Amino acid sequence: MKIVVCIKQVPATNDAKIDPETKRIIREGLKAILNPFDTYAVEEAVQLRERFGGEVIVLSMGPEKAALSIREAVSVGADRGVLLSDRAFGGSDTWATSYALANAIRKIGDVDLVICGKQAVDGDTAQVGPGIAAHLDWKQATYVMAVEDASDDSIVVKRMHEDGYDICELKLPAVVTVVKDINTPRIPTLRGRLASEKIEVPVWKPADIGADLSKIGLDGSPTRVVRTAPPPPRNTVTKKISGTSAECADALIKELRLRSIL
Amino acid sequence: MRVNDDKQKNDYSNVWVIAEVLSGKIQPVTHELAGTARMLADKRGSEVWIVLLGNNVSEQAGTLFAYGADKVLVADDGSMANFNDEIETRVLVRMIDKYKPEIVICGATTRGRALIPRVAVVTDSGLTADCTELDIDPENGDLLQTRPAFGGNIMATIRCSDHRPQMSTVRPRVMKAPDPDPGRTGEIITENVTVSDKIDIKRILEVFHSSEAAVNLADAQIIIAGGRAMKGPEGFDILRAFAARVGGAVGASRAAVDAGWIPYAHQVGQTGQTVQTKVYIACGISGQIQHLVGMQSCDLIIAIDKNPDTPMMQMADIAVTGDLFEIVPALTAAIPKL
Ligand SMILES: Cc1cc2nc3c(=O)[nH]c(=O)nc-3n(C[C@H](O)[C@H](O)[C@H](O)COP(=O)(O)OP(=O)(O)OC[C@H]3O[C@@H](n4cnc5c(N)ncnc54)[C@H](O)[C@@H]3O)c2cc1C
Ligand SMILES: Nc1ncnc2c1ncn2[C@@H]1O[C@H](COP(=O)(O)O)[C@@H](O)[C@H]1O
Repeated sequence: MKIVVCIKQVPATNDAKIDPETKRIIREGLKAILNPFDTYAVEEAVQLRERFGGEVIVLSMGPEKAALSIREAVSVGADRGVLLSDRAFGGSDTWATSYALANAIRKIGDVDLVICGKQAVDGDTAQVGPGIAAHLDWKQATYVMAVEDASDDSIVVKRMHEDGYDICELKLPAVVTVVKDINTPRIPTLRGRLASEKIEVPVWKPADIGADLSKIGLDGSPTRVVRTAPPPPRNTVTKKISGTSAECADALIKELRLRSIL
Repeated sequence: MRVNDDKQKNDYSNVWVIAEVLSGKIQPVTHELAGTARMLADKRGSEVWIVLLGNNVSEQAGTLFAYGADKVLVADDGSMANFNDEIETRVLVRMIDKYKPEIVICGATTRGRALIPRVAVVTDSGLTADCTELDIDPENGDLLQTRPAFGGNIMATIRCSDHRPQMSTVRPRVMKAPDPDPGRTGEIITENVTVSDKIDIKRILEVFHSSEAAVNLADAQIIIAGGRAMKGPEGFDILRAFAARVGGAVGASRAAVDAGWIPYAHQVGQTGQTVQTKVYIACGISGQIQHLVGMQSCDLIIAIDKNPDTPMMQMADIAVTGDLFEIVPALTAAIPKL
């Protein structure tokens, strides 16, 4: 099975601090990490290769330094990676991003399965996976919590819904997006680390993937951010309650009534 | 479609809502979005259409007029009994090509977030996820879509000036449902599902509906969440009792989920769900950043913890210092039965 995993490098919230005034995260100076959901996508692909054979190729679109995330994926078992990086890709929204990734998947060729994370934690849209499936006109399954079975021409997955789950069979090629429940990502081995340092990460430009320049970057993005603003600030005073448990419960009830919640 | 001028834009009119149907029933998010659609359509002098896709859903079509719909577009077919992204995409794309809506809004549910991105690509439309506010430019119909990004740390306003239709998803409980007006009526239009819509789709082999409604974090007004402090699966019983009393849902930190005390569907945070409820009660959750990004946009945050100095206790609107195993049951007992 030839599997492509789409991975994105995102700002880390791990070492973020909270602004005491606004009670929001301080964003400046955060380092970049592999999108947490994508670590499950990589692990699932590696497990599928271990069971059914084949190859795992990670694909990312982003700045040059996103190659680090590709190396990270190789250190935990991916075979190789490709980076789409060029100024012309900059400013892509999810439509244009999924167009570029779909073109790259076509160029990689003979791909059976594409695995994405459920969503990227910076944009939180969850739109790129289904977008890729639409551009390729492949089948899709989102919020996948387990791969039950796979064969040369189909895959059986368990999808999470608000009110339960379902199990469905998709003919390949297909795109799936995965949630955290699906597996426990492994930690890199020494051999994996060494391999990840040695690999070459080819960088593809729009021409390499036959991208129509009017469909990538800002020009290719139907949506435009016209304004950004800080969110309405949270109240800056914390109401403190303590005492015996009964007193605490009473005080809380009073607060809830005051706010017409009870 | 890319549109180059106002004349081309004017080929598109009306505000559509894609109804959310779960276990055969229209969900409240549909009514919430109908209210918003009504506001947008009124500013623009156009109509609200609700698209109802599913199996045996036609009888419910008439109930939607009371919430502001002018027309209900129904496709009722056995092939849509369970969620089949590919069929629903084909049916919806055909409706869009035929009737040319200016705006399409859909719930940011697991189904909506799978379906609409696919439809947006096929119809070459702009799509904005998880909007918290929608407004319209009455002159040219441009939708002004505001959404939180990066865990709620910035609010971005997004416009899509040269594509039609314009699409957005909105989370349940973000917009307010209008009071139903039983006197309103409208027109029901039925569309067919063709044989070719059903070619080469996925096969749904098994469906399981959870009886535990308390999982539905997206739909809840009040979430009470527990962390490592719950000590085990039984610990969550006191949270369930509280949730049952107020009609809320139970959330959890990753620590509790990883320990296997409660299923992943309950996890709030960076690798779980992002929630935006009226009230979030964190019980014994220290408030590591990965948890906070999933719940910091809730209106009222209450923390209960032994330790008054945790990040959660610092950021909460109300911080209760004490033992949750005593306070939560006392709280539940003090709330009159609904
Ligand atoms: C990539 C990544 C992604 C992550 N994603 C998530 C995520 O999506 N969601 C998430 O929640 N975490 C996530 N985490 C984990 C996160 O960093 C924390 O480890 C986790 O949230 C801690 O859970 P907790 O607050 O329940 O436990 P703890 O930090 O151990 O806090 C327990 C709290 O309970 C209090 N307590 C104990 N007993 C009592 C009692 N009887 N009464 C009252 N209070 C009591 C303690 O004082 C303490 O404050 C992620 C981590 C990483 C690295
Ligand atoms: N720039 C990108 N490069 C590679 N994969 C991406 C990129 N953006 C998004 N993805 C994939 O799409 C998923 C959903 O992202 P999003 O739609 O941005 O929330 C991510 O988990 C990745 O698997």
